Amino acid sequence: MASPKRGFKERAVEGVVFSGGMASIVLVVLIFLFVLKEAMPLLREYPLIRFLTDRGWQPTLAAPEGPWFGLMPNLWGSFLVTAGAVALSVPLALSTAIFTSEVAPGWLRDMLKPLVELLASVPSVAIGFVGAVAINPLVKDLFGLDTGKSAMAGSIMLAFMAAPTIATIAEDAINAVPRSFRDGSLALGATRWQGIASIVLPAAKPGILAAVMLGVGRAVGETMVVIMVTGNAGVLPDKGLWYAFTHSVRTITGTIGAEALEVANGEPHYRALFMLGVVLFTITFILNAIAHYSLGKGDRRAQA
Amino acid sequence: MYHKSRFAAALAAVGCIGLAGCAAQPKEGSAGANAATLSVKGSDTMVQLAQAWAEAFMKAHPDVRVSVTGGGSNTGFTALISKGADIANASRAIKPEEAESAAKKGVTPKEFVVAQDALSIIVNKANPVTELTMDQLKDIYTAKVTNWKDVGGSDAPIVLNARESSSGTSTFFQEHVLGKGTPYAATAMLQPATSQIVSGVGQDAGAIGYVGLGYLNDTVKAILLKKDAGSDAVAPTVANVVNGTYLLARPLFEYTNGEPSGTAKVWLDWVRGPEGQAIVKKLDFVPAE
Amino acid sequence: MTPAVDPGVAPGPSLGVGSRSRAHRGQTFAFGALGFGTMLIVAPVLWFFGYVVYHGASQISWTFLTQPPNAIDASGGIFPAIVGTLYLMVGTVLIAMPLGIAGAIYLTEYAGHSPIVRLIRLAIVNLAGVPSIVHGLFGLGFFVLFVGGSIDAFVLHASRPVWGQPCILWGCCTLAVVILPIIITSTEEALLAVPSSFREASLGLGATKWHTIRRVVLPAALPGVLTGAILGVGRAAGETAPVMITCAASFMPTLPRGLNDQAMLLPYHLYFVVTQVPNPSLGLQSGIALVLIALVISINASGIFLRMRARRARKW
Repeated sequence: MASPKRGFKERAVEGVVFSGGMASIVLVVLIFLFVLKEAMPLLREYPLIRFLTDRGWQPTLAAPEGPWFGLMPNLWGSFLVTAGAVALSVPLALSTAIFTSEVAPGWLRDMLKPLVELLASVPSVAIGFVGAVAINPLVKDLFGLDTGKSAMAGSIMLAFMAAPTIATIAEDAINAVPRSFRDGSLALGATRWQGIASIVLPAAKPGILAAVMLGVGRAVGETMVVIMVTGNAGVLPDKGLWYAFTHSVRTITGTIGAEALEVANGEPHYRALFMLGVVLFTITFILNAIAHYSLGKGDRRAQA
Repeated sequence: MYHKSRFAAALAAVGCIGLAGCAAQPKEGSAGANAATLSVKGSDTMVQLAQAWAEAFMKAHPDVRVSVTGGGSNTGFTALISKGADIANASRAIKPEEAESAAKKGVTPKEFVVAQDALSIIVNKANPVTELTMDQLKDIYTAKVTNWKDVGGSDAPIVLNARESSSGTSTFFQEHVLGKGTPYAATAMLQPATSQIVSGVGQDAGAIGYVGLGYLNDTVKAILLKKDAGSDAVAPTVANVVNGTYLLARPLFEYTNGEPSGTAKVWLDWVRGPEGQAIVKKLDFVPAE
Repeated sequence: MTPAVDPGVAPGPSLGVGSRSRAHRGQTFAFGALGFGTMLIVAPVLWFFGYVVYHGASQISWTFLTQPPNAIDASGGIFPAIVGTLYLMVGTVLIAMPLGIAGAIYLTEYAGHSPIVRLIRLAIVNLAGVPSIVHGLFGLGFFVLFVGGSIDAFVLHASRPVWGQPCILWGCCTLAVVILPIIITSTEEALLAVPSSFREASLGLGATKWHTIRRVVLPAALPGVLTGAILGVGRAAGETAPVMITCAASFMPTLPRGLNDQAMLLPYHLYFVVTQVPNPSLGLQSGIALVLIALVISINASGIFLRMRARRARKW
């Protein structure tokens, strides 16, 4: 093999793997730009202020003022369902993480860890199906509601989708806390729980924050489950939080998922769905960036 | 390293098969309406019907391959206009805007009534209400009335079920019950597909919804409709659609681009003939005439 | 469950002992609460699997797995949906693997600590966090309408959509974007686990960098790379939202005949039967869910198992 040829090959390979490395950046940018590009022409026919403030989502309404593409009911629904899911899943998932990594004996840990990982891999449409046929009626009967198709049912199902994400990442963060931290606190006469609560958890805080952020991201971006269990009524809260939580809501993802199949390319309705996509992408991008940087901070601290 | 080269060979083989598949496809696709493929797209209401037709039709014409896709009436028209479908199924008539954009692309949609349906108003089996006037129905779906006791039922909140706004069924209901340009109440739950409405109304005692005749089952009860308080209450049945007394009877359409020829013509003749119409009856729809 | 607690110790007069036992009671309570929280996750999970198996198991039969569904009520079988899902799994991994492996090689072997690496990592995290429905929108807007539409308009001059419509190829491309982060992350982990002494030895013998990677590093990392591929395939098999608008058909009379054909897919078939088919039986719905869950879980479980073995079996 002549050396110039070899040099060429090396450089070619380097070029190929470099493009592989850049692919992630290119794709993220491409996704954002493309969704944005498809969305922007909406603003020519439908001013941004109306998108942000209209109280209704009636995309095919033949009213004199044209259809309504209000972001607010969708955003509110996504927020409510996600908040409920976080309130449910964070305590449970963190309990699971701490229990598996610090408390459970080895054999139990070996059973719990794969179980949590398997839960993470259950297809969402299957969870949505069980939610629609079993959890909706259950929620209705337990709380005496008019219909089980509610934000609450959505939150319960999403909690189970977010929990494995939160538990797995939080557990990694807890495990990354050096053994010496625990030993030190035990040597000072503290119980194991005191050591966990006052030393281990604070040290793992950035990782736990990242876990929660990624869990929130998972919940806010989930589609199939919310389409099937929340009922998709585009309402804004006007009768209090509990009323809203126990009644149907419509989420950003649900709207896109249910309508994207039925829109004609290029019409305002199609643009409006992409505009919702832009909003959704922005929300999850922020959540992921927070998670990424707090994880980075945790790493640096562990190395220091 | 043998493994690696074998893997590469397998990769290449798969790639070749893929490419061959692609290369073969355009010819088939661009041959137009005379090719032995027929693509039928559109209304979700009609998708089962069209699938049943396709199955039987292909048995009678083994040389033709019919593909059926749902997605809603909108999708059907879009596909017809972009020439992505030979036949568009629709549970509503074409809108002026759609006809306009079709004309721009040189497509002239031609309409055929291929079946009829009674859009049935359903409530939970336990609900004592048995009939509603059209005005009451409108008040219910615009949230002017939110409790069953105001329309002769027990004291319970009404749970609204409707179809996703871009479905032809939703548009039909809006135009014929609410009035064109009148929005559904915000509290209406917009279900992505019809079966969700049936299961929701079956689950919730206070629920109301609308579905095609073929979706009725024993967990729900079909409401009798009256034009106004003084007129007769009419049940959604095949007979009442045929004799023209049911208020929410609707034609189901197929559209072609221009006068159908070739396979599309064979299909439409067959669908509207005795065999096609027998399947219409079998699926609890109402024959075209 | 809570070791190191001595219940027999009576509170002594000294403050130290009293606070110690209070602390121990606190620990018992805290550990009990943690265990209870864990239970609240585990019990519903077990119930969920139990529910699907209980209602779906009787549906599973040879006919169910090998026959097409009835056009009218979707009874019969799910064979085309299984085949479609297999096609998509293979296609997706064929697209994502080369890209993901190249990306991981760049990150571990070439990039060093340049600022661009930090940007790439941020991008990977964000790509993994993009909601699946946004992937779907992107797939529809980019692959189907832009790329496919351009091929039709400028290459084939087709009078009707050939590539500018939802089909298997665009479904695979969309899913490849979805699983790319999984493949990169697993491959990177596997590459990093290969000791640098391997590389140094090979380079010291005069091999080039690429030669070293291809002949030394990649073979050593192979189990980890395969794990990534398997986990990616598992994810691809279960996704609904991205393929619902880029590929899935609710019913097809024949199996797909080319890359520009739509395909029936297991996850979408479940969604279709639950929401659209008139009066589907609970058994039928659960049966489809059971097959889907069994498929995805067995793929993922083998991935997780392989990863565990690869981590344990490392000889260095």
